[in-house]
Amino acid sequence: MARAVSTRRKALVTICAWAVGIAIFFPILWTVLTSFKTEAEAIASPPSFLFFDWTLENYSTVQERSDYFRHFSNSVIISFGSTLLGLLIAIPAAWSMAFVPGKRTKDVLMWMLSTKMLPPVGVLIPIYLLFRDTGLLDTRIGLVMVLTLINLPIIVWMLFTYFREIPGEILEAARMDGAELWSEIVYVLTPMAVPGIASTLLLNIILSWNEAFWTLNLTAVDAAPLTAFIASYSSPEGLFYAKLSAASTMAIAPILIIGWFSQKQLVRGLTFGAVK
Amino acid sequence: MATQHSRAAARLMISPAVLLLLGWMIIPLSMTLYFSFLRYNLLIPGMEEWAGWTNYEFFLTDPAFFAALKNTLLLVGGVLLITIIGGVLLALLLDQPFWGQGIVRILVIAPFFVMPTVSALVWKNMFMNPVNGLFAYFAKFLGLEPFDFLSHAPLFSIILIVAWQWLPFATLILLTALQSLDSEQLEAAEMDGANFLNRFVFIMVPHLARSITVVILIQTIFLLSVFAEILVTTNGGPGYASTNLTYLIYAQSLLQFDVGGGSAGGVVAIILANIVAIFLMRMIGKNLEA
Repeated sequence: MARAVSTRRKALVTICAWAVGIAIFFPILWTVLTSFKTEAEAIASPPSFLFFDWTLENYSTVQERSDYFRHFSNSVIISFGSTLLGLLIAIPAAWSMAFVPGKRTKDVLMWMLSTKMLPPVGVLIPIYLLFRDTGLLDTRIGLVMVLTLINLPIIVWMLFTYFREIPGEILEAARMDGAELWSEIVYVLTPMAVPGIASTLLLNIILSWNEAFWTLNLTAVDAAPLTAFIASYSSPEGLFYAKLSAASTMAIAPILIIGWFSQKQLVRGLTFGAVK
Repeated sequence: MATQHSRAAARLMISPAVLLLLGWMIIPLSMTLYFSFLRYNLLIPGMEEWAGWTNYEFFLTDPAFFAALKNTLLLVGGVLLITIIGGVLLALLLDQPFWGQGIVRILVIAPFFVMPTVSALVWKNMFMNPVNGLFAYFAKFLGLEPFDFLSHAPLFSIILIVAWQWLPFATLILLTALQSLDSEQLEAAEMDGANFLNRFVFIMVPHLARSITVVILIQTIFLLSVFAEILVTTNGGPGYASTNLTYLIYAQSLLQFDVGGGSAGGVVAIILANIVAIFLMRMIGKNLEA
């Protein structure tokens, strides 16, 4: 039996919750608003919230000055590339651990997770030197490789927790009908696994898009994704709040939208299935 | 009905992932370990020589190490404190019925999707800047002296920025846990005369304990490696005031090109992270059996 809630109480909670929600969201809102101001208005005192001359000038300036689209395409290639490559490697692994568990499956899973606990700075020098010597520094392929490896444990784990929920009897039935292993995967398992694979994909694109240790340390110019593009605004020249805001808005908008779609899966993915 | 055939196939399918991760672990780790015993600077190539424990001695007795260790602990502890307390309160609030739940949820979760470099620069310039920031404006409005956050309280400012990024994560997980709480149990307690505080302490907190532990452990793993926020705001300064272990090792390795010293620091960081990791792995492992 659900508790009856008085309208007054509900109204009060509504006000509090909206106030807190807007407060938490405010820095993002403020950034988006500032991106449409002129530089003078961006630092005007008192600050104007909505009543200013809206302009798109900053967006074109940012594109001209620091070539947003090149960084954007780097981000897309790196995050999608590493996620798809990761899925390609992880799907068979997660499948076999979920449906043909052996004695050591649990140990393998735990060990994979433990590689994620490795602090990146602990292997910064070797990776940097290996990349320098193999010409992978500041290349997209190099970053795709590193991000695939650092996200692989999360991908395997997420897929594993989804695959584990697919009833094994269905596979048995398919096997009785004489399905081969690969057709079993393609025709029986994949359709049931698509939702899990899709949310794994989304979460990993978000993680790779926002990854800011390797992308900052292993890129300079050619392969720099949006994280590095924004970092170049840390040493300002003159008035730059409006331009910084426009650049920031363009860097976060794509992933914010993907993020909102995948928020339900976030908990599960980031806690390795420990909280659902 | 796992046949010999399917077992072999399973092993075959698992091996790319295992081999790649094995390589990712063993190759760079053994290189770090090896470098940490060398006198090796990228500026003087060809002069590498065995240095024994010297790098560790230097790293572990360097005042910068203690500053960085203290800052790392403060950063991790401070962010955890804010996000756990804030997260529990927010989860309790958002768990009540109200109008527009979906939209508020979206607003609250948003900071988690903002890349670290963006959130750090937005906070640094548009909020914490002592001349043009919004905080300075409000301080002046109230007749107070604007506070220069990043020069006078650099670590605290970074804690605030990072806490803003992680509050949504804690809130979302705790909210999910709260929603799985049996509402009949709460109603029964209410009928027996338990007030909100009692219900919170004796029913909700024990129920949330597991999720809080998960939040603490996972956040700790990520917070030990906070890097971009420091790089774009303070560069670890002034002095070492906002240098954490990750940043210190980065500076030693790629700014001073001291491969030996940086590697010794890396080994220390790995050992510290492993201590946390062991606890986390146990928790997740238990869950796997359930």
